[in-house]
Amino acid sequence: MIGDLAAQLGVQLGQMTLVLILAPLLLGWVRRIKARLLRRRGPSIWQPYRDLLRLIRKEAVLAENASWLFRAVPYIVFAAIWVAAALVPTFATGLLFSWSADMIAIVALLGTARFFLALAGMDIGTSFGGLGASREMMIASVAEPAMIMVVFTLSLLAGSTQLSSVAEVMQGANVGLRVSLALALVALVIVAIAENGRIPVDNPATHLELTMVHEAMVLEYSGRHLAMIEFAAALKLVLYTSLIACVFVPWGLAAAGEGAVAYLGGIGSWMLKMFAGGVLLAVFETSVAKMRVFRVPEFLGAALMLGLLAMLLLFVSRGL
Amino acid sequence: MSLHAILGCIVVQLGAGLIAAFVARQSPTRGVVYGTMFAACAAIFGLALATLTGGRPTSTLVLPLGIPWIGAHLRLDALSAFFMVVVNLGGAAASFYGIGYGRHESAPQRVLPFFPVFLAAMNMVLLADDAFVFLFSWEFMSLASWALVMANHRSAGNAHAGYVYLMMAGFGTLALLLCFGLLAGPDGGYVFDEIRSAAPAPLIGATVLVLALLGAGSKAGLVPLHVWLPLAHPEAPSHVSALMSGVMTKVAIYGLIRIVFDLAGPPAWWWSSVVLILGGWTAVLGVLYAVMQHDLKRLLAYSTVENIGIIVIGLGLALAFRADGMLVPAALALSATLFHVLNHALFKSLLFLGAGAVQSATGERDMDHLGGLIRRMPTTAATFLLGCAAISALPPLNGFASEWLAFQAILFSPALPQWGLKLLIPSTGAALALSAALAAACFVKAFGITFLGRARTAAAAAAVEVDAYCRWTMILLAALCVLAGVLPGLVVDALAPTVALLASGAQLPVQASMPWLSLVPVEAQRGSYNAVLLLSFMTMTGFLAAFVVHRFASRAVRRAPAWDCGFPETSPAFQYTAGSFAQPIRRVFGTLVFRAAETVDMPEPGSLRPARLTIRLRDVVWEYVYAPIASLVSVVANRVDHMQFLTIRSYLGLVFGVLVALLAGIAVWP
Repeated sequence: MIGDLAAQLGVQLGQMTLVLILAPLLLGWVRRIKARLLRRRGPSIWQPYRDLLRLIRKEAVLAENASWLFRAVPYIVFAAIWVAAALVPTFATGLLFSWSADMIAIVALLGTARFFLALAGMDIGTSFGGLGASREMMIASVAEPAMIMVVFTLSLLAGSTQLSSVAEVMQGANVGLRVSLALALVALVIVAIAENGRIPVDNPATHLELTMVHEAMVLEYSGRHLAMIEFAAALKLVLYTSLIACVFVPWGLAAAGEGAVAYLGGIGSWMLKMFAGGVLLAVFETSVAKMRVFRVPEFLGAALMLGLLAMLLLFVSRGL
Repeated sequence: MSLHAILGCIVVQLGAGLIAAFVARQSPTRGVVYGTMFAACAAIFGLALATLTGGRPTSTLVLPLGIPWIGAHLRLDALSAFFMVVVNLGGAAASFYGIGYGRHESAPQRVLPFFPVFLAAMNMVLLADDAFVFLFSWEFMSLASWALVMANHRSAGNAHAGYVYLMMAGFGTLALLLCFGLLAGPDGGYVFDEIRSAAPAPLIGATVLVLALLGAGSKAGLVPLHVWLPLAHPEAPSHVSALMSGVMTKVAIYGLIRIVFDLAGPPAWWWSSVVLILGGWTAVLGVLYAVMQHDLKRLLAYSTVENIGIIVIGLGLALAFRADGMLVPAALALSATLFHVLNHALFKSLLFLGAGAVQSATGERDMDHLGGLIRRMPTTAATFLLGCAAISALPPLNGFASEWLAFQAILFSPALPQWGLKLLIPSTGAALALSAALAAACFVKAFGITFLGRARTAAAAAAVEVDAYCRWTMILLAALCVLAGVLPGLVVDALAPTVALLASGAQLPVQASMPWLSLVPVEAQRGSYNAVLLLSFMTMTGFLAAFVVHRFASRAVRRAPAWDCGFPETSPAFQYTAGSFAQPIRRVFGTLVFRAAETVDMPEPGSLRPARLTIRLRDVVWEYVYAPIASLVSVVANRVDHMQFLTIRSYLGLVFGVLVALLAGIAVWP
């Protein structure tokens, strides 16, 4: 019993470490592909690691009036997103922690991270910080309900809000093609793009632009604090990619307790999915232009409506 | 036994109010009155909690008071015990806070006599077991709170707020009066037991529902009956605002539950659709109004409207499930609702007390005159932050737990047979999710503008932390928010008797027996939530990250002027204000809901006149519902004005004519 628990704990901690180690790699991969698509050579895919290491070693410069909240937020954000990432099935379903919270809690944990990051943006009292915070909350006020609609759709199909159960149901043979699932996929992808601050909602590679959102919020951060926030952003990208992968392409996921070989296979297929997702993201980002900020709610409103439609279809029919 | 003890405490409260009326100006009175209230509320809280968790049977009592030969019927059951716990928890907090906060009162004789009476009246509403006691206490509660709203009667807008409140309270009581009249039937059985045993006809039941929604809904702040709430709640002294928003709205919810779930007989399925639509609108509109405010206390009052919407959505779900005989989902929806009742009482009291602390430290309620208070008032800021996080439904705090239960209840609804509900409930779910997300934006704004950034006025820059009574009250409420959030299973277990009473005996599984203190509403396969683990993981990972970074990388810190992209702003007026923070949300939702219009008045080149940006928000409810009624009343009043000046002959003629008309009406009545 105790040994079993220890083994499960070990696998779960391994998953958390793996997610942590691989998060900057996905970011580097996406940047590399984007550079290639623009016919640049681009930095090495290891560059995000070097950036993080450099930032962590530097001293942190704090504004003179920064409060305790400003210093605590990077760690709160990092912890919330890391814990949320630990709840998503990456290479295996049904890991030890996955029963402690469900999809609704994952969405809410990301909400916690956003809440505190927006507050940190307002702590120094600069107009950029306020700008970023107010836009971030505006985007979230549409993206979060859209995400909840997707969660409802998936839970109604699987009869459970646990992400592991959803993934197991989706692996089964009797899911079939459903209109609701297609709508939910589109909605989820739109939400993922918005939540990660990717083009066309926000541009992670820009500064000093009137359209920036995330970068404006974290403008006053430097050194190790900035490193934690960047790391958290990388983790969030992995989280969303894994979430989409485990629900819509669940093949290759190991089940809990299947043993080391199955886990290794799971890790292999997970990494393949990550790389494929990264390529898709890079292709999408290079093929669209950044939107004006006030176009974003319409874009996200479409996701909300698609999510609601997907849920309604499940309510009114059994076959779709 | 506990009923007698509670009644004794209520008598103490009434007596304290009476004595305070004579000696309110003496300085020791304040401490004695608030201290006594704290003790009385704490005692009732303990007794009610013991009744709720001890599984004691329902106790009743008939007092030879009130109407001759009928007397006053009192009853303590699981439902009233639960609400008594909520009311007296809020009451005890507000009283303890009042010991310190009351020092700032300019006219204590306008607060001290009414505060104890207000508490006593709310407790009496919960104990009432016949329509007379209920309505009498209800009206007493309204009037006492009205007197408290009028405490600062010289400040601008206060008289208007008091007037609107009095009108709406009168309207609400009238609706409830008619409601009980219908329930009592032609034989006049006004005791609740007689009402319960007589099942009303379907049409009567439907009218009762509508009247209960009008009567209790106007007190709770259901849209479109909410207009008085954001006017009146902020005008009262802050500990009274906390009572009105955190507690009195819950008494209104109690009235609604008592009538609809207990007295009005078995529900028809469409009742729930009315309740759900009202709740959904209330939740979304309430929070949208809240985001637009720049007065901190008014923002909190509008957020109360939103939370009442969430509670009413939960009641609607429970009604739908109960009407279709799905008792376990009904129990789940009721648990979510009652849990949210408790949560809202906790965090809204906390937030109003925090706003009161800010007001007494700076003299300001307008967020645009505040800022940077986190550095001047650390305890208030930290507790207010916890309250903001809890009301924004962030895990692992209590607001999320009740919201999570509500979402779980929604996921049971595809099994409902009616098509109307199949279409309505997903939309209600979307409204719930939307209001939760907007609430987060609203409270980022509330905390960010008030406590973060740089001080916008000299008053905010010179603020000092409030006294120990106020601080400890806020700390206690914040701790309760964390506790209820981390151990939601204990709360759900404590709610079980009340839920069983309302859901015909159905219960959720006992949460204390779940492994690892998980919250498992029905079965683990459908969904579970473990706040203890979540909190400990977050704490561990956060500290681990901080430790690793500080130990193995750099821990050096340098203070420097703010970077701000190289263009540091000199004046605090450059910061985002309440209005600018809400601007994106106003543009997205406001054009539709508030007909928001912005006009920019640019001076011509060379002119030194400042440019002006004018924003006009129109309150659609006020314009299309209340303004027509008000103008109709004034038109009719003008028309019949000449009847004031008739001769005695004409008056007698009028009386005779009315009498004949009434008799004729009775004669042809079938």
